[in-house]
Amino acid sequence: MIDIACIVATAAIAVASLLTFYRLVRGPDVLDRILALDTLVINTIGLIVVIGLWFRTTMYFEAALLFAMVGFVTTVALCKYLLRGNVIE
Amino acid sequence: MIIADAVISLIVLVGAFFLFVGSLGLAKLPDLMRRLHGPTKATTLGIGSMLIGSMLYFWAVEGNPSIHEPLITLFLVLTAPVTAQMIAKAHILRGGRAQEGLPGTGRPVGWATLDAVEADERSEVTRTPPNPRA
Repeated sequence: MIDIACIVATAAIAVASLLTFYRLVRGPDVLDRILALDTLVINTIGLIVVIGLWFRTTMYFEAALLFAMVGFVTTVALCKYLLRGNVIE
Repeated sequence: MIIADAVISLIVLVGAFFLFVGSLGLAKLPDLMRRLHGPTKATTLGIGSMLIGSMLYFWAVEGNPSIHEPLITLFLVLTAPVTAQMIAKAHILRGGRAQEGLPGTGRPVGWATLDAVEADERSEVTRTPPNPRA
């Protein structure tokens, strides 16, 4: 039962990532693209968690944690760069 | 055991649904301030639900509880509002039509973000001129 749920969840996350890619390509402003990248990172974390559940392994959680941290730092650095023209001042 | 499987499957499916709803909102809503709602609320809820399902699985079925899922949940719940605030602030401060569309605050002071910029510029004028050698 968990396997079927994982397949359905993977499909839903794939469609969600496609929608996010649409906004990433289309997005009229830079901030739309930054937001789309942030959402894409969160979708990736969800995908990693589902795959870990599917393969019955806890090995991927470190990857998910790293993705969460790098995604947050990237988003904040990009916004800071847009606001101030500099990341660390 | 079948009840645990059913509950875990349901929680994972709910999480995937909310991830999908968040991305759909990002793709479909008309402007940036409205698009912010999808990824910052629905997606965080979805990922939290999915991680709870994973935590329940490794705790109830496999029998070895892991600390990673609460850590990821805590980190995402802490960082999602910060991300949303940074993006909204950048959107307002970069000017354009975003500042014209802001509703009034109903108080003598204006929006904190814009007032802070004005105060910053005012203090910039009164401050001593920068050292040219610096």
